[in-house]
Amino acid sequence: MPGKWTVTKPADAGDRSEEELIRRVQSGERERFYELVRPYERRVYAAAFAILRNEADAEDAAQEAILKALQHIKQFRAEARFSTWLTQIVVNEALMRRRKQHGNVMEPIGERQEEDGSYTPRDFADWREIPSESLERKEVRQNLAKALASLKQQYREVFVLRDVQHFSIEETAEALGISRASVKTRLLRARLMLRDLLAPGLGGGFFARLPFEKGSKPW
Amino acid sequence: MVVTCEHVWREISDYLEGEVSPEMRAAMEAHFKDCKHCQAVLDGTRNVLTLYGDDRAMEFELPAGFDQRLKRRLAQEVAAGKPRSGMVWMLAVAAGALFVGSYALARAASPVEPLLSEHAQPGVGVPGGLLVQVDSDGKLYHVPGCDYLHVKPHENPRSMTAEEAIRAGYTPCVRCLRRYLLQSKIWRTQAGEGLENQIWVSSGQPGL
Repeated sequence: MPGKWTVTKPADAGDRSEEELIRRVQSGERERFYELVRPYERRVYAAAFAILRNEADAEDAAQEAILKALQHIKQFRAEARFSTWLTQIVVNEALMRRRKQHGNVMEPIGERQEEDGSYTPRDFADWREIPSESLERKEVRQNLAKALASLKQQYREVFVLRDVQHFSIEETAEALGISRASVKTRLLRARLMLRDLLAPGLGGGFFARLPFEKGSKPW
Repeated sequence: MVVTCEHVWREISDYLEGEVSPEMRAAMEAHFKDCKHCQAVLDGTRNVLTLYGDDRAMEFELPAGFDQRLKRRLAQEVAAGKPRSGMVWMLAVAAGALFVGSYALARAASPVEPLLSEHAQPGVGVPGGLLVQVDSDGKLYHVPGCDYLHVKPHENPRSMTAEEAIRAGYTPCVRCLRRYLLQSKIWRTQAGEGLENQIWVSSGQPGL
């Protein structure tokens, strides 16, 4: 329905206008919900994609989560940030779908043996500076996403929940139905693997040797 | 306490979480001073957390048409939540339509399966006779040779007509089939209606 969704304020107009918008939607102006979620669309999609790694499934999960947020908007309490609440819904939705698919995406049995809590870095490239401003560049963000997508599911999920979505170790363990010890073991590997993937590019040639190929490194 | 590099790699994640004992922390810090390899691993791992923890890191492009599809679904949801005075009437009409519809369906030789994804659209204007291929574990059908066709390793893509794919509940790929439909619109005006269908089916590969 083009024309029905009107954006009256810019997306970054601040928390107060967001609070106001939430109140309006909660009190019945449901057609303004899109305005409320618009600033978070990409983040919601990215969270779903990081877990499901497939465009079509990620879109479906992201949209389903946004619809659920609309259906349950009255349950939203102002103590939480709206973006956090929305992210939790999409993460749950994506994990639920992943569990449903799990039957046909079994990890190799050998994986279990790797989980002994040790990991040897493959590379000792120096990477002291944090190029945070580089995040403004689209190709940098794409390379971060590709590096993350190249991790095996069990490592990727733990990393996404803990280090991207800032869940606590306990919340991550609960969301995935695994032990706290498993979360920590997988987290260690995920972090070190990502460092191995990113340090030579970011620390030295600054992504000159990217992009990544899944399962192999170009250096 | 003296720690080796292997110790450090094992504990580095907990170290960053602030979850190691004070003795271990002191030992690791002493080690970092002397071992530039482990210092590099520490710096790099910390950078990984800083970059991925930044809200901007995970903001990448949405698939084409994401916004439109979301708005449509939200509009449906909003409309569904607003009961109108004519609601009862509409329900009666809908029930009637459903009855007639199910009767027609029951009569049909091969009933149409519900879409594999409840929110998908079956695709409008895809010629029923078009040869398509379907994802081996997904929900989409594609023009043969589409880059976005997902096939399990050691399997060949399953081919069928678009009509069969729609019946089986598959949804058109937003990339190849949109392109196909856009192109075929041009074909239709050039070659005349009806002819276009034959051309695509006989050539099999609609020149992607």
